[in-house]
Amino acid sequence: MISNARSAGMGDSRMALNQVSRRFHVLVVFMLIVIALLGLRLALLQLGDHEQYAAQADDNRISLRALPPNRGLILDRRSRVLAENRPAYRLVIVPERAEDLEDTLARLADLVPVSEDERRRFEQQSERSRPFESIPLKSNLDDREVARLATHRHRLPGVDIEPYLTRHYPHGELFAHLVGYVGRIDTRDRERLEADRYRASTHVGKTGIERQYETQLHGSAGFERVETNAQGRVLRVLERTDPAPGQNLQLNIDLDLQRAAYGALGDYAGAVVVLEVETGKVRALVSKPGFDPNLFVHGISHANYNRLLEHHQRPLFNRVLSGGYEPGSTIKPFIALAGLQAGVITPDTEVFSTGQFRLPGHSRTYGDWKRGGHGRVDLELALAESVNAYFYRLAVELGIDAISRELALFGLGRAAGLDLPGENSGILPTRSWKRATFNQAWFPGETVITGIGQGFIVVTPIQLAHATAALAGRGHTAEPSLVGQREPVRMVRHDDAYWQAVHEGMEAVVHGPSGTARAIAPQLNVRMAGKTGTAQVFGRPDESEGIEEREQDELPEFLRNHALFTGFAPSEEPRLVVTVVAEHGGGGASVAAPIAATVMNAALAVGL
Amino acid sequence: MSASPGTLLADGLRRLRLDPWLLALLLVLIGFGSLVLYSAGEQSMALVWRQWVRLALGMAVMLFVAQLPPRLLKAWAPALFAAALLMLVAVVFFGVGRGAQRWLDLGLLRFQPSEAMKLALPLALAALLQGKPLPPDWRTVVLAAGLIALPVGLIVIQPDLGTAVLVGMSGACVLFLAGLRWRLIFGLGGVLAAAAPLIWLNLHEYQRDRIRTFIDPESAPLGEGWNIIQSKIAVGSGGLSGKGWLEGSQSHLEFLPEPHTDFIFAVLAEEFGFIGVAAVLALFAAIILRGMFLASQCRDTFGRLLAGAMVFMFFVYLAVNVGMVSGALPVVGVPLPLVSYGGTSAVTLLAGFGLVMGLYSRRRFMG
Repeated sequence: MISNARSAGMGDSRMALNQVSRRFHVLVVFMLIVIALLGLRLALLQLGDHEQYAAQADDNRISLRALPPNRGLILDRRSRVLAENRPAYRLVIVPERAEDLEDTLARLADLVPVSEDERRRFEQQSERSRPFESIPLKSNLDDREVARLATHRHRLPGVDIEPYLTRHYPHGELFAHLVGYVGRIDTRDRERLEADRYRASTHVGKTGIERQYETQLHGSAGFERVETNAQGRVLRVLERTDPAPGQNLQLNIDLDLQRAAYGALGDYAGAVVVLEVETGKVRALVSKPGFDPNLFVHGISHANYNRLLEHHQRPLFNRVLSGGYEPGSTIKPFIALAGLQAGVITPDTEVFSTGQFRLPGHSRTYGDWKRGGHGRVDLELALAESVNAYFYRLAVELGIDAISRELALFGLGRAAGLDLPGENSGILPTRSWKRATFNQAWFPGETVITGIGQGFIVVTPIQLAHATAALAGRGHTAEPSLVGQREPVRMVRHDDAYWQAVHEGMEAVVHGPSGTARAIAPQLNVRMAGKTGTAQVFGRPDESEGIEEREQDELPEFLRNHALFTGFAPSEEPRLVVTVVAEHGGGGASVAAPIAATVMNAALAVGL
Repeated sequence: MSASPGTLLADGLRRLRLDPWLLALLLVLIGFGSLVLYSAGEQSMALVWRQWVRLALGMAVMLFVAQLPPRLLKAWAPALFAAALLMLVAVVFFGVGRGAQRWLDLGLLRFQPSEAMKLALPLALAALLQGKPLPPDWRTVVLAAGLIALPVGLIVIQPDLGTAVLVGMSGACVLFLAGLRWRLIFGLGGVLAAAAPLIWLNLHEYQRDRIRTFIDPESAPLGEGWNIIQSKIAVGSGGLSGKGWLEGSQSHLEFLPEPHTDFIFAVLAEEFGFIGVAAVLALFAAIILRGMFLASQCRDTFGRLLAGAMVFMFFVYLAVNVGMVSGALPVVGVPLPLVSYGGTSAVTLLAGFGLVMGLYSRRRFMG
């Protein structure tokens, strides 16, 4: 061939050309094999593992977005709103769209006040979020702030005003301890909450009904299946499951009665409980002072929180459930029942009150509140005039074991079972309790003062109200309840005559000629039975009622005794129980009884 | 005898020293590639136009290179190589670029000397080997190895591993085609394997990361591994027939990195499925076969070695890119030849095909 001859002539040997030809073949085969292997590799990915990768591509593309449910409303027994969801506006920033975040924040500060806390929360959240997500800077804007921001928004790129629903308590401090409040979900909440239901939620019930009935109130998060790009920006909604809203919750509480009870306490710190005897339904539950629960919804400021903590009346303390008080003379009807049941006394048993009581062989004397004593008294008069001597003697004859047994039947020493978190169980002293607590034997003198509700014994207002309901119902009542109704039970079984005798004694407290609370009789619109009591704060345990009240007025307020009253009405067919504790009120008769009368009248006025 | 228009066109192209078959195959590839590019580039026609301008420039370079007489090429080979090497040295001292120094700033335009070396090194080696008895003796082999090692070393320190591999492979290919003895080939392979730990120690941290993530992409699912994972998902989710043109969710929802440049093959695989992949691989294979046929027909060893190396370089581009996209090779910044967006490699590759066609056109005396 010409070309071969020519190329050979140019210095390429035929051998060299053959050598290159052979290598060409090898190289072509090599390249084809590699291309085939690449094809095989792609076939494995595209045909073999296709399903797995297709699923991964969908996972990439599609993400679930949680939608928050609307929280259930809390209503009173007549469906008046106690906790609602109010539309509010919050200021949000999309960092990606703000040209200069620092500058934007600085300019915003001129329009709306932004606190240190808010600024810090914004920064924490923006670190955790993607740049196109809107991050709230300030929630619950007021109308003027919304208006100001709306006018200046065009100069603030990336800033937006976003509507949302926020929890609101229209009655403020009136239901602070009862309804409670919701607050931001924190790490501890996260641990106990079901992650799925709370995926989109920011708030959870922290106290009161809001916490107790969290499950019903909250509802469940809904979901949106959305198509997103790699930065997570939502491109379109593929599918939507609406959130399941929380259930509305109707309380047994009556708003008007609650307001009346709160008002009746006046300036006293204290507690008022109104129970329905037959059902145990709670019609009013006041712990005063309250506080504005709305402060906690958006995160309370340090200044406000410290103000609440340092207030001398401790507004954050829920006295109804956690306040432990000496029952004082309010214990006497229960001691009387124990005495009747044990046969130690009959309704007609008489005791002579000299003003001084002494245990045989002891020098210590126990006084009566009336100087010189009450003279000869039977059970009715002993209750009406709150004669200590009668109950000193009765207690000694009963012994501590019989007393504790009786009081235990009325539920003292254990939580009353109210459907609110944080109930205190009080103290019901027994021999074994004292041994366990102080490693000491029970002394006879301690039995004496237990007879007039002093010493170790501690009750909470809700316990005292519950025990009074059992007393009013002649042994029958149900556990106190804010929502629904518990099964009525027979807590105590006594001869009807005994119940009758004690009821009559308690009626004489209010309506008898010498009853300690006789002053309230004229203002009552119903015949009421009850018992006054005074819990010791300072001074001798037995000189704390009646005449000494005048001296109490001269003491500084924080040393004055707590005033107690617990009673029921109508006295013949008891329907309602009212229990009042007025801290540092001085005397049960002069302070607590009139409050109870006002509350009872209010209860009748609202049709209870 | 009146010829058909097709024959007339083919004759016209042959007169321009272009091979009608190879040119047709390249144009089919470019046409299909433009479709994929349109999809990958967010349906920007402007992007496609910019690419077409570059390809037209490449075609012009191809036409020009095809006219260069082999004698001139041989004569200029040492000078061209020396110039390219000098520029690579200059890059070390005066180079510009982000992260890696790869460019020379010549005032009016920026120039990447390593790109010129892809042509200059095979040219120099082919010129060196031509006329020598083949297989080459050891002196020639050592000299050739030195000519390869110098530019490759300079490119590795830029650092640009992808280009270093391409330049090295094109040079090695010339030696291989010249009949480098098998025992030497395997011996060198053994030495390289033994030196692997040494190479590892001298790699840049980002290069080591790429190899680490290649071995275990899940170790850094949001970092370096992201590219490999998302690319494999794109390819695998395409299935047999693909999601349809413009319908690839991985490509269009920004999961796939660099969808219009290095990872464009993943877009193709996602949208056109295995059928599209097989068709494109077949097209590449046809181009390579036609190219190797043309190379094998060249008049002398110089032409065959040079043309063969050019086709092989085209193959290396393909294999490295598809291997990377399918997760079979580490992530190395090598584009899919003539399909990925970008002008540099397209011009170099088309110039290479210009050499192949020009050398083939002089397989025997003409006129």
